[in-house]
Amino acid sequence: MELALTVVLNGLTLAALYFIVASGFSLIFGLMRTVNMAHGALYLVAGYVGYAVFEPLYDRDLWYAWYAGLLAGVVFAAVAGLVMQQVFLGWMQGQELRQALVTIGLSIIVADQLLAHFGGNPRQFFAPDAIFGSSWVPGVGRYPTFRLVQIGIALAVGIGLWLLLNRTRLGLMIRAGVDDRQMLAACGIRVPVVALAVFALGAGLAGLAGVVGSTAQPLAQGMDGRFLLISLVVVIVGGMGSIVGTAVGAILIGLAEQVGQALFPTYSVVLTFVIMVVVLALRPQGLMGRALP
Amino acid sequence: MSRPAPAIIGSVAALALLVLAPALLLAVLPVNQAQFWTANILGRALVFGIVAMSLTFLATYGGFVSLAQMTVAGIAGYTVAIFVQGAVPTIVGGFGYPAAIALGLAAATVSGALVGAIAVRTRDIYLLMITLALAMGVFRFIETNITWFNGYEGIRNVVGPEMFGLPFRNTYVFYYSALGTAALLYAFVLYLVRSPFGLVLQGIRDNPRRVAALGYDVALHRIASFAVAGFVAGCGGVLATFYNIGISPGSIGLGATVNILIISVVGGLWHPIGAFVGALVFAVFDTFAATIYDRNRFNTLIGVVFLAIVLVSPDGLSGLVRRIAGLLHNTVPTGSRRR
Repeated sequence: MELALTVVLNGLTLAALYFIVASGFSLIFGLMRTVNMAHGALYLVAGYVGYAVFEPLYDRDLWYAWYAGLLAGVVFAAVAGLVMQQVFLGWMQGQELRQALVTIGLSIIVADQLLAHFGGNPRQFFAPDAIFGSSWVPGVGRYPTFRLVQIGIALAVGIGLWLLLNRTRLGLMIRAGVDDRQMLAACGIRVPVVALAVFALGAGLAGLAGVVGSTAQPLAQGMDGRFLLISLVVVIVGGMGSIVGTAVGAILIGLAEQVGQALFPTYSVVLTFVIMVVVLALRPQGLMGRALP
Repeated sequence: MSRPAPAIIGSVAALALLVLAPALLLAVLPVNQAQFWTANILGRALVFGIVAMSLTFLATYGGFVSLAQMTVAGIAGYTVAIFVQGAVPTIVGGFGYPAAIALGLAAATVSGALVGAIAVRTRDIYLLMITLALAMGVFRFIETNITWFNGYEGIRNVVGPEMFGLPFRNTYVFYYSALGTAALLYAFVLYLVRSPFGLVLQGIRDNPRRVAALGYDVALHRIASFAVAGFVAGCGGVLATFYNIGISPGSIGLGATVNILIISVVGGLWHPIGAFVGALVFAVFDTFAATIYDRNRFNTLIGVVFLAIVLVSPDGLSGLVRRIAGLLHNTVPTGSRRR
C-alpha cells in the first residue's frame, strides 16, 4: 500500500514537471499553430544558463543562489523565445511545416553549442535549504520536499495561466486569436505583439521547467530531446492548445511512466505510447482538444 | 510529368556517372583515397539517400512529412540482425542472409503500414509530431530492451552476404549493391507514381474529399503509401546495417531521425531525387567538417546549412537549381509547390 502510494506520488510529481514544460509548448501552439521544436532546447539552455549563474553564488554559500539561477534561466529563455519569434518565425506565419523545420535547425545548433561550452558532464542544482531535504507525507512516509514543491509550482503555473487567459485583457486577445486571428487583427489589435508576448511566456515556461527539472534530476545533454518528446506526447494526448488538456495529459503520462516502471520495467516505455496511439485512434484531436479545423 | 524525356535522359546520365565513379576516382586519386570516396562518401550517400527517398516519396506525392522513416529502416536492420546466423549476440539466429533480408524487408513494410495506420487521421504538422513521438518511443524501447535488441549495445557482426565470392565489406561489392538497389528503387518509385495508385495518391494530396467522392478509399491509399515507403526505407536500413557491420539504438535515435529530415530538406522535398542530392551534400559535410569548421562541431555546421536552406529555399538545393535554371530559360518551373 505504501509502495503503491509512493508510486502514485512519484507519478504526480513527474506529471507536475511535465505540465510545466508542456504548458508553454501548448500555449504557443494554441495561439500561433507554431510547433516549436526548439522547446526542449529552450529547456536545456535555461538549465545551463541558470546553472552558470547559480554555481558561483552557491560556492559562496549565498541563500539566494537557486532563486537567482531560476530567474536567470527563465528570463534568458523568454528573451530567446522572443528573438526566435521576431527574427525567424514571425514573418513565415502560416507556413507551419517550415516553422517546425526552422526550430529543428535552431535546436540542433543550440544543443551542439551547449555541448561545446558546457561539456558532457551532468550537472544538478541544489535547492535552497527551505525546500531541501524531506517531508513527512501521510501514507507514504518521508518524501523529498522539492518534489512536493514541484507540484506547488505546477499548480501555480496552471492557475496563473487560467487567470491570465480568462481574466485579463491579454488573455482575451489570446483566446480571440485562437479562434480567428484575422478578425482580431481587423479589430485593431496588433496581433504580432500578442504573438511575441505569448512566445516569450511559453519560452519562459520552458525555462522555468529547465531549472526546476534540473533540480529534481540531472541536467545533461540529451534532455532537450527528452522534454521535447514529453511535450509532444502530452499535448497529443491531452489536446493541443488547451491548458486543462495539458494537465490531464501530463498526469496521465506521468502516472503511466511511474506505474509502468514499477510493474514492468523493461516495457514501461511502451505504455506511454500505447496511451498515445489509443487516444489518436479514438480522439485524434486529443482528450480535451477541439475537433481539427 | 509533362516533360518525361529530359528527366529520363538526366537520370540515365547520372546513373552512368555513378557507375563509372569508382573508376574515375581511381584515375585521379591514390587507391586508398579513391576507395574511401567510393565507399564512405558515395556509397554511404546512396544508402542514406534510399532511406531519405522514402521520405521524399511520401512528402512529394502524399504530402506527408514523416519522421519515422529512419525508425522503419532500423526495424529492418534489427530484424536482419536478430535472425541472421553469425550476429553477436545471437538473439534468434539460424537464418541465411537471403531469408533474413526478406524478413527484414517484410518487417519494414508492415511497420511502415502501421505508422501510416496510426497517423492516418492526421496531417501536416500533426503528422510530423506524431511520427516523431512514435520514432522516439521505438528508440527508447529498443534502447532499454535487452532480451530482443541487446539494449544500448545493439547487435554486432552483421557482415552481409558474400557476393561473387567476395565479402560484402569489399568496397566495390558494397558500392555497386547500394547503387543497384538505389537505381531500382528510384525507378520503382517513378513508375509507381505514374500508375493509377500513384495518381490517386497525388489526388489525395491535393484534395482528399474529392478523391473520396470519386469512390476511392482515402485511408487505405494513405496506409499503402506508408507501406511502400516502409519497404524503401527497409532496403536502406538493411544496407546501412551491413555498412556499419551491425546496428545499435544510436542509428535510430533522435540525431539519426533528424539527419534523414535534414538530408531530405537540404536536397528538396519536391522530387524523390532530392534525397540523393541531400545525402551527398550531407556525407561530404560529415567527412570534411573537421577541415571546414571544427572537428567536433559537425552538428553546428550542418544545422546552419539546414537553417539557411529552410530560410532561403524551401525547395532545397535541387529546387534552387531548378529555379535558377527556370530563370535562365525565362520560364516559371511547373509543379512547384510550397509546403
